[in-house]
Amino acid sequence: MADQTTNSVAFVADGNIPESPPPANETGVVKWLRDNLFSGVTNSILTILALVLIYLLLKNTLPWILNGVWNANSLAECREILAGRTGACFAVLTERWPQLIYGFKYPVDAYWRPNVAFVLMLIALAPVLFFDLPRKLLIITAVYPFVAFWLIWGGTILVPVVALLGCVAGGFVFQKAGKNSFAAGFFGAIVAALVVWQAGGWLIPEGASENAWLTAVPSRDLGGYMLNMMLGLTCVSLSLPLGIALALGRQSRMPLIKWISVVFIEFVRGVPLITLLFVASVMLAYFFPPESTVDLFLRVVIMITMFSSAYIAEVIRGGLAALPRGQYEAADSLGLDYPQAMRLIILPQAMKISIPGIVNVAVGLFKDTTLVSVISMFDLVGMIRGPILASTEWNGVYWELWGFAALVFFVVCYGISQYSQWLERRLATDHH
Amino acid sequence: MSTLTDPPNAGFRLSMLFNDTRYRSLTFQVIAAIVLALCIWYLGNNLIQNLRAAGLNISYSFLGDPAGYDINQRLIDYNSQSSHARAALVGVLNTLLVAFLACITATVFGVVAGVLRLSNNWLVSKLMAVYVEIFRNIPILIWIIIIFTIMTAVMPGPRAFRGDDATSSMVLDLFAFTNRGVYIPMPWFESGLFASTAMNWVLVLAGFLLSWFVSGRVTTWANHKQEETGERPKTLLLKLAIWFVPFAILMLIMGLTWEVPALKGFNFKGGIKIGGPLIALWFALSIYTGAFIAENVRAGIQAISKGQTEAAAALGLRQGRIMNLVVLPQALRVIIPPLISQYLNITKNSSLAIAVGYADITATLGGITLNQTGRAIECVLLLMLFYLTASLTISTVMNIYNSSVKLKER
Amino acid sequence: MKKTVFLGAFTVAGLAAVAASAGTMDDVKARGKLNCGVTTGLVGFAAPDANGEWKGFDVAVCRAVAAAVLGDASAVEFVPTTGKTRFTALASGEIDMLARNTTWTFSRDVDLKFEFTGVNYYDGQGFMVPKDLGVSSAKELDGATVCIQTGTTTELNLADFFRSNNISYEPVPIETNAEAQQQYLAGACDVYTTDASGLAATRATFENPGDHVLLPEIISKEPLGPLVRHGDHEWGDVVRWTLNALISAEELGITSANIGEMSAGTNNPEINRILGTEGTLGEMLGLDAEWSKRAVAAGGNYGEIFAQNIGEETPIGLARGLNAQWTEGGLLYSPPFR
Repeated sequence: MADQTTNSVAFVADGNIPESPPPANETGVVKWLRDNLFSGVTNSILTILALVLIYLLLKNTLPWILNGVWNANSLAECREILAGRTGACFAVLTERWPQLIYGFKYPVDAYWRPNVAFVLMLIALAPVLFFDLPRKLLIITAVYPFVAFWLIWGGTILVPVVALLGCVAGGFVFQKAGKNSFAAGFFGAIVAALVVWQAGGWLIPEGASENAWLTAVPSRDLGGYMLNMMLGLTCVSLSLPLGIALALGRQSRMPLIKWISVVFIEFVRGVPLITLLFVASVMLAYFFPPESTVDLFLRVVIMITMFSSAYIAEVIRGGLAALPRGQYEAADSLGLDYPQAMRLIILPQAMKISIPGIVNVAVGLFKDTTLVSVISMFDLVGMIRGPILASTEWNGVYWELWGFAALVFFVVCYGISQYSQWLERRLATDHH
Repeated sequence: MSTLTDPPNAGFRLSMLFNDTRYRSLTFQVIAAIVLALCIWYLGNNLIQNLRAAGLNISYSFLGDPAGYDINQRLIDYNSQSSHARAALVGVLNTLLVAFLACITATVFGVVAGVLRLSNNWLVSKLMAVYVEIFRNIPILIWIIIIFTIMTAVMPGPRAFRGDDATSSMVLDLFAFTNRGVYIPMPWFESGLFASTAMNWVLVLAGFLLSWFVSGRVTTWANHKQEETGERPKTLLLKLAIWFVPFAILMLIMGLTWEVPALKGFNFKGGIKIGGPLIALWFALSIYTGAFIAENVRAGIQAISKGQTEAAAALGLRQGRIMNLVVLPQALRVIIPPLISQYLNITKNSSLAIAVGYADITATLGGITLNQTGRAIECVLLLMLFYLTASLTISTVMNIYNSSVKLKER
Repeated sequence: MKKTVFLGAFTVAGLAAVAASAGTMDDVKARGKLNCGVTTGLVGFAAPDANGEWKGFDVAVCRAVAAAVLGDASAVEFVPTTGKTRFTALASGEIDMLARNTTWTFSRDVDLKFEFTGVNYYDGQGFMVPKDLGVSSAKELDGATVCIQTGTTTELNLADFFRSNNISYEPVPIETNAEAQQQYLAGACDVYTTDASGLAATRATFENPGDHVLLPEIISKEPLGPLVRHGDHEWGDVVRWTLNALISAEELGITSANIGEMSAGTNNPEINRILGTEGTLGEMLGLDAEWSKRAVAAGGNYGEIFAQNIGEETPIGLARGLNAQWTEGGLLYSPPFR
């Protein structure tokens, strides 16, 4: 071929034509604009509409935000400072900051305690969220609930210590007895923990928490954004084991267990959270022993945990169903019994598949904690709807407060969902 | 198997209850049954004791008593002398109304946003991403309150329409947008064929059904013709006539007139009022759920392999037809299951109506009735029963539909 | 009583109050705190201030009871309740008494099994309208949109009033006072209705209170009072007579200023009996002799509490009206301490 061309063609360029820059409308900003914004009539119209929309939004909100007043003691004072200009009155956020974050009853001199608990929470969550960190950090995670409980509620340190000891004893018994039979280990652990708790209960003197180093704070005094975070975190962590149990129960071959799980899951998923909160606030008290009443916080935790465990169970069921049949059969052929197969083979894989779904449930649950404002708990939304908007000073400051509430929820939820996406990518590459 | 291992005949030992697979599942079930029975007995016993101590009883007879309060939005006849049960029914219908409306608009928002998010227009797709993220990551309760606040604070009150120096006026002199709701003209018949308005509307509906049937026959005829001769007869004009001529004649006979809302006294009177709480709740639910549906739609479209689009393009289909005929029908199978759960979420989230004063079932039965009668247990149980029934019905219906569009695998 | 660490933890955290079944009074004494149900926030009656302290007229009643029983006016745990949760909270023992502007009605007393221990405020449902609406009577409100704060008997009274006057209206029921006033101020309703005291309290928080008027019609009787569970008469008596002590103290001229001086002994035997220098009234109640002295000293007598929280000097500016002593033409009439 090469010979032929050399012979039959009169002229052949012996070098490359020097590269010249592409035409102006095929490069740089212009090309990008043409490709991405004005590639056709419809597209151009859409672009112009979007630009108009953005312009209108900015025109209406920017002066309002930029003129914002950050220092004033009441709305009237704000208006005086603004003197007729449009502007936000962010002073409500600075003046009511502690109320928005901690609620209005949490002791002022104890604000450092939730702060420390928050920082510790970040540390304790890190090894759970990022698998690369050294596994030993999980010890901090395990101890964290007890430390956080002590920090936030205060009172005597003996209570969380005994509770922790009970868990340790349970774990120890499980390690020892669980080698042969899962059931023996499981029930043994529960008995051991109960024994330690009971014994510890005798050891703690009455009124020990009255003069404790950290003053005891009744749970009724918790509020603000702190309450949302506490409810969200507690309920998600409590509902994970419950959700796993329910998911396994729903797959069980034992008809009674399966039936109980199905009824529970379908019932909880069929009613709105708000009715469950009504149950917590107006009904649940009747179901506890007559001589005792259980605090609203605990009742709400019980109901929200039930709620989220049903959703988590469905996510994990999806994960279990996605595993190929061969995994179950392989576990059987190795001679593993049911608990071993689940613990060593099935659940680790199923959980990996379900993690993004679980994170979604967690985000949804965290958002749903705002509903407790309907049953007279003063979370962030409850604080705004109740004490702050009803006060003489700040009556009429809607946008700033709701904007703030929206912002803090957005930051956390968006952060978690970004994490979930990162994790999804990460797990996808991990898969062999 | 059976030849290798004989079942052990060494008598029955207690440990076999836990270790022998033949008995184990039975043991566990018996334990579970006992635990369940104990729990129920314990809770029930506590309940009975507590109620006895408080001198209360469980009774649903309050449902027959006059409710004594008024409801601003009612789809059926109701006044303050009607029973609590009827008030609950009004609430049920209001819940279903807002859930139904919100399902439709949320789907529209979601599909539009989901498709636009995949648009090759950079600005629009980014804008849609912002919409989805903002609405998905902020609690619905906050959205409902914000939108309700926008409604009441930004829209003019009826007072602004009054007087010579009115600051607001009706759009086209037909529609009034106020912070109490939107008023639109209401059609009615001057000389209806029946005495009752409802019967007249049934007649109109019957007319429409007839037109629909006839126009369906025309299509079949046209298809038949096309198959026979290869040429499709033009039926557009014929169909238009089938749809509109009988309708117009019916309207002329019955004397269709429009009742235009007008400011009388404190409020606009006449016309159809769509209440402010309904609009706020409806809009908040649709725009919030729309963001979730947009994500489902996007995932559904992206799940369709590129080969499908390319194959369709190779057949010479236009961009729009590729979307309508090839991509969307397949994506629908992926989209529908999550869409069902979004519809369920809308129904359940509509219970947040109490934040805006919309008279749904949570506000009537679970709100004022509960407050006034103090029958907390009864009201909450009925409330849960309703939501449970509604959820199960929706998911059953949608599952039937889902299985009908599911890919028949061979 | 030994508890497991579970219950121990709960009590430490205040998660569970284990109440012995002996009686509310013993429970309160054992606990050292009075659990008192109040509203979630109505300025003047019960609302937390900027420092999170509960202040108000109902709050003062709780404090007086705590002072009488426990000797410490600050030993009160205020439990905010909504219209929905208040009765369950009381019936289930979560709170010991409810002082949440609750109307004393037949069905609540008889059917719901509660015991109203008196009336601390004689109220009635009223209407507030913007001045420029030009309405001077509630009977001119035909066709108006009415914002209702739900929770008390408001909805029922309203329905009765409009039905008996044969005029129409559109109700807009709102859960919280803050949202109801937002609706009203934005013009989404023409009228705002709730108890007249609540209207005055709400108006006080407006930017221009002068632009709004309360209509003369009071369409209902709303005797608001503290209530306790049915059947626990010892406890009911304590709450009832603490309230009566506050009322009698005003009638007899005992104030927080002169109480120290008077408790040294006066010529008036009833004063002496109230203040415990004569007779054994406290003992009959199961309390010590100085119970009512402490109750009055906690926040002053009825008149002082009224003046401090909702009186004409405060932004709420309520006149005594029906709530004056019977000697001054009002309805306050405490049975004698004898």
